[in-house]
Amino acid sequence: MRLLCAVVLSAVISAVSFGQVPFERIVDADKEPGNWLTYSRDLLGHRYSPLNEITSENVANLKVKWAYQFPSPRNEVSPIVVDGVLYVSGPNWAAALDAHTGRTLWTWNRAIPKDYRNIGFGRVSRGPAVLDDKLFVATLDCYLVALDLKSGAELWNTKVGDYKLGYSMTMAPLAIAGKIVVGVSGGEAGIRGFVDAYDAKTGKQDWRFWTIPGPGEAGHDTWAGESWKTGGGPTWVTGVYDPKLKLLYWGVGNPSPDWNGDARKGDDLYSCSFVALDSDTGKLRWHFQFTPHDTHDWDAAHTPVLFDAQIDGRDRRLIASANRNAFYYVLDRETGEFIAGQPYAKQTWTSGLDSKGRPIVLPDSVPTEKGTLIWPNANGATVWFSPSYSPQTEMFYVAVREIGSVYFKRDTEYKVGTFYAGGGEDELPPDDSWGEIRGLDAKTGATNWSFKLLSPPWAGVMSTAGGLVFSGSDEGNFYALDARTGKALWDFQTGGPIAANPISFTVDGKQCVAISADRVLYVFGL
Amino acid sequence: MQRKNLMLLVLGGVLGSGSLTAVLTGQTTAGEMSAHVDAVAGKRLFERHCALCHGIDGKGGRGPALNRSKLPRAPDDAALKGVIADGIPPNMPEGWYLNEEDVANLAAFVRSLSKIPSDRAVGDGKRGALIYAKSACSSCHIVNGAGVGYGPDLTGIGDRRSAAFLLKTISNPGAELPEDFLFVKVTTSSGETIEGIRANEDSFTVQIKDAGGHFHSLRKQELKELRKLRGETPMPSFEGILSAAELQDLVAFLASQRGKQ
Repeated sequence: MRLLCAVVLSAVISAVSFGQVPFERIVDADKEPGNWLTYSRDLLGHRYSPLNEITSENVANLKVKWAYQFPSPRNEVSPIVVDGVLYVSGPNWAAALDAHTGRTLWTWNRAIPKDYRNIGFGRVSRGPAVLDDKLFVATLDCYLVALDLKSGAELWNTKVGDYKLGYSMTMAPLAIAGKIVVGVSGGEAGIRGFVDAYDAKTGKQDWRFWTIPGPGEAGHDTWAGESWKTGGGPTWVTGVYDPKLKLLYWGVGNPSPDWNGDARKGDDLYSCSFVALDSDTGKLRWHFQFTPHDTHDWDAAHTPVLFDAQIDGRDRRLIASANRNAFYYVLDRETGEFIAGQPYAKQTWTSGLDSKGRPIVLPDSVPTEKGTLIWPNANGATVWFSPSYSPQTEMFYVAVREIGSVYFKRDTEYKVGTFYAGGGEDELPPDDSWGEIRGLDAKTGATNWSFKLLSPPWAGVMSTAGGLVFSGSDEGNFYALDARTGKALWDFQTGGPIAANPISFTVDGKQCVAISADRVLYVFGL
Repeated sequence: MQRKNLMLLVLGGVLGSGSLTAVLTGQTTAGEMSAHVDAVAGKRLFERHCALCHGIDGKGGRGPALNRSKLPRAPDDAALKGVIADGIPPNMPEGWYLNEEDVANLAAFVRSLSKIPSDRAVGDGKRGALIYAKSACSSCHIVNGAGVGYGPDLTGIGDRRSAAFLLKTISNPGAELPEDFLFVKVTTSSGETIEGIRANEDSFTVQIKDAGGHFHSLRKQELKELRKLRGETPMPSFEGILSAAELQDLVAFLASQRGKQ
């Protein structure tokens, strides 16, 4: 196989150039829409492609250009594309692919320790990051690894957390100026979460922000007793960055144990929150907690969306999110001030939000010994997969899961490196659940249109300047909708459940769209 | 939490342990279990995670009965632990939330189930075979390759369903339909009506098998109507058509269908 790879490499090397990616290229991503240089294409979390060759008029002609077989099932990768090369990652591996053919240029692997356990999530990788001459991969056993972009050779690795304590990484790292930022999984293992920044050249840690304040820090009093030490607050989805404000925005996950909050009375900051961090120091600028004292596993582990708009006649810098708790929120991204919010999916746990955006929680809406039926379910009205914002339509597109659950509460005891959840859920059967893609007014969250799916989805959304919205279904459909109306325009059965985010790029100037579907990466073009 | 496939995830439950001692004596039938395994703890886990499909007492339900000395997918304890940890796609979810101790405890409890008497059919299977033929069951069902596959294939049904479940289904077919069973009626854009069993469906298409065994693959955008007749089935009740004794004989015949061993 190595020989084969070498032969392939030598055959195509003349047509492939491994580009360098200084941070300025990522900041100015709109100047080169044919590439996909960071997780969401731009630093603002839009997952919007300015490419417009594929339109509502011709999308019905999309055909498979090539397919790539992953070495393991259920791939959730959002590839990076740089100058004709696709970079993909999976559980403790990465590869460079020729964008013309899908043929492998190089691969890299790291052994998964035999005693590693994924507690509360699948063995996946949601993508690599690129900066300068390096590719960065976050591994399941919680190492950040830098690879040479041209060869896949490992340049350095840094231990981010101890997998024996339940720390792990499945997210795509985020490259900012000179730094690689990562978050951790482990919300079902009683970790104490954090966001870390590392020097991109050396792998040395620049700063750490603990998502659960320690003694003497603001917010520490929102945890009872010693519960903060095992309070969760994972950071397992890639955040976004405003290079002008030099602020990082990151989602924080559930408090531990998930479904039994008895031992952690209080709001449990900064679980289920967005935090705005100074990118030079990691210091907290502001926070907004969506679900205080969560007992439903409603992580705020979402990729935020940054956009600017006029609100009540004032130009505002905004941050928006469709949260797992079924509410859509718009905040001021300089201050964290709540501006607007409303449900975008069925919810039965509140009577609404107060003037500060805090939920007005209904009685009998928490897990009990006998079980309590609540919408949405523990996976939420949407989950880790990305939303999209189109500056063309000024809409926020989100894949919605309409499903409730009976939530149970149980006693639980913390044991290092084991499942620490304190209850569970009994999902409603498939007949009583479904999915939708919704086009929301980005400033208010009002639903402009909906497109119904058979099952609650696990795939993200991408919008394009061609007036299209792409996404995938859990039954394997990859499809395109009209971005203004939600009308279905094209669909393709991939043969495997789709649990990934779409991307778009060009090969020889021609627009392509790619999606991972279970074991296969498909690339489509006209 | 990032993703869950399970219907119910509970650890650290506080269910009463019950009086398992007698049942669990000699629990390590395959002789491989560690002396440290705790089948009582395994029972608690079983009731939370497994009983929904395998029955509270392991006698089967949506999933196969486990109160058997030989489990086809788990001939030894290592294989049993593997099934518990990894599941059997697509129907049985993986047990990613279980640690090694939990898996060992669960496996010990599952092995102990072989000591529980199975829910045996009381009828005569040979007479049941004649009733199966006389009642034209094979015009809708397949057993060992023979028949028409309109309804569920009954090859190996004895492994998947208890005798009590089979009797209930024959008497009142709509009472508890299989989880993925759906009777549908569609009207196409040209006005044609098709009814049958949903073979498959995604967000854009539906595949239907009609009573003649023909498949129809249809795009939803091109349908005037797609009616999902939840709780309905084309299978008639045989209560009143067959005597009580005949029903028990038919159940015995079906319960004896163990598929390829």
